[in-house]
Amino acid sequence: MSWFYGSLLFWAVAWAVNAQLSKRSERWVRFFVPTLFGITVLVIWEGMVRGFNINPVLLPAPSAIGSTLVGEIPTLWTDLVQTFFKGALSGYIIGCGAAVLVAIAVDRSPFLQRGLLPVGNFVAALPIVGMAPILVMWFGFDWHSKAAVVVVMVFFPMLVNTVQGLQASDALQRDLMNTYAANYRQSLLKLRLPAAMPFMFNGLKICTTLALIGAIVAEFFGSPIKGMGFRISTEVGRLALDMVWSEIAVAAIVGSAFYGAVALAEKMVTFWHPSQRGQ
Amino acid sequence: MKSFLSILTVVAAIIGLWYAACVPMNIHEAAMQAQRAGAEVTPETAPERRKMGRIALMVKNPQLWGTVYAQDRPQLPAPHQVGAELWKTTWGMVEKGRAFSKRSLLLHGWITLSATLLGFAFGTLLGIVLAVSIVHSRAMDMSVMPWIIASQTVPILAIAPMIVVVLAALQVDDLIAKGVISMYLSFFPVVVGMVKGLRSPDGMQMDQMRTWYASRSQTFWKLRLPSSMPYLFASLKVGVAASLIGAVVAELSLSQNGGLGARLLAGSYYGQTVQIWSALLAAAALAAVLVWAIGVAQNITLKRMGFTR
Repeated sequence: MSWFYGSLLFWAVAWAVNAQLSKRSERWVRFFVPTLFGITVLVIWEGMVRGFNINPVLLPAPSAIGSTLVGEIPTLWTDLVQTFFKGALSGYIIGCGAAVLVAIAVDRSPFLQRGLLPVGNFVAALPIVGMAPILVMWFGFDWHSKAAVVVVMVFFPMLVNTVQGLQASDALQRDLMNTYAANYRQSLLKLRLPAAMPFMFNGLKICTTLALIGAIVAEFFGSPIKGMGFRISTEVGRLALDMVWSEIAVAAIVGSAFYGAVALAEKMVTFWHPSQRGQ
Repeated sequence: MKSFLSILTVVAAIIGLWYAACVPMNIHEAAMQAQRAGAEVTPETAPERRKMGRIALMVKNPQLWGTVYAQDRPQLPAPHQVGAELWKTTWGMVEKGRAFSKRSLLLHGWITLSATLLGFAFGTLLGIVLAVSIVHSRAMDMSVMPWIIASQTVPILAIAPMIVVVLAALQVDDLIAKGVISMYLSFFPVVVGMVKGLRSPDGMQMDQMRTWYASRSQTFWKLRLPSSMPYLFASLKVGVAASLIGAVVAELSLSQNGGLGARLLAGSYYGQTVQIWSALLAAAALAAVLVWAIGVAQNITLKRMGFTR
């Protein structure tokens, strides 16, 4: 039990430190406070598992997960390549690219846009993950079917955001383009697409998470003997939960890195937008 | 009215595309069946046909186009086939007096709906509690908020099978196991929306509260909470859709007790494509009804509170 009480003590100390620090607003505090909180969660988790002797089949300790994570790097890497680089990333690029092209194609017809926005919003709320078994049936077990699931999942959120973004330039700016005698192409490339960028990046950021979810869940319906979803479902069956958790940790790290990369690109592309200038 | 026509056009275009796609998707099977029935098919042997692309086979056999819509296990069922299956497994079962038998989508829809609503209720509650504490404590805001946002870059649905197994080992009821996953998916939009909403009163309104010497709890109940309502309802709509997705995915791992996700899985095991599509459309209809219901609640509440434009 000393482990458990020790972790509780750590929690109390860490919380007191955070409460004091949060009154300040220097740069390092913004990083330090959430980091300390994360460490506290891990310590309490470890303390509970050791203090109450929780069966590792139910909940492995963070230290056990960490050692599995380090020990199984080759397996985790092949899974990552299969699921993320082949499945999720290619589907993400195809799906988002197709959505942008369709949005530009319907851009000239306000009639279609008015219909497409509500339908797209509706479809974006549907449980599209359910398409996974159908697409696995069509495209086979390898990564192509996972990419197809990702394409279907990211298409509508991206489409809705791009269509909205293309409407974002205001009348004054469009009038200015008219006084310059800009044709449709020029005003699209020089004004409307750049003005749409904040919306498009919003869609791109939402789609990063969807892409990983789609690729992993699609693997539950059949996959070759590698891939993160495959590993998770088989290791759960074998009750090797430390492996499952390290797979999840990898997914979390990759997901955050993917999101961070898109957010960084956003910062560079939309540096002019008020939401970016302040920081 | 104008936008209604536009929506109708888009929906009609989607259904048209669907019907058109049925021809290339099902042409191989149609050719095989036609040959068995003794009809002329252009490449005569099956191996030759298998090597051909869908489009090429379609162009060479225009007489088969009509037959692709009447197969038992088509690669892509036509909308009317899915509609017929939906009708048969819902109202058709009610007419036979077996509304809640194992083959009825009403039963499976109800199982999914109950898990969704349970998870949604807990997720909303958790989200509101977190949002209130984040708004009132700077330490909470700084330490928890980044993790809440980071939690969404984790493919949470991937954890579903594990949570299900762990909770089953703890002898927790299946309904709760599914609800936990729904909760995990639905609390995030509520937290983010509520934090935004509770912070939406501007400086002038907060100053007004201060001049009235309002306590923190009075400010909360009389200013912050009422002004957060539009944000809350917007996030509830996102949350309930996410909650349904969570329930469906959880049922993939807990399929022995039924539910729309279990129908999906069973359909994919036995190649019953019509069954998969009908389960999918039932889930879509359920999502539409849930979002619509929250929209109605939103209209009534906001009208009563005087938010109408």
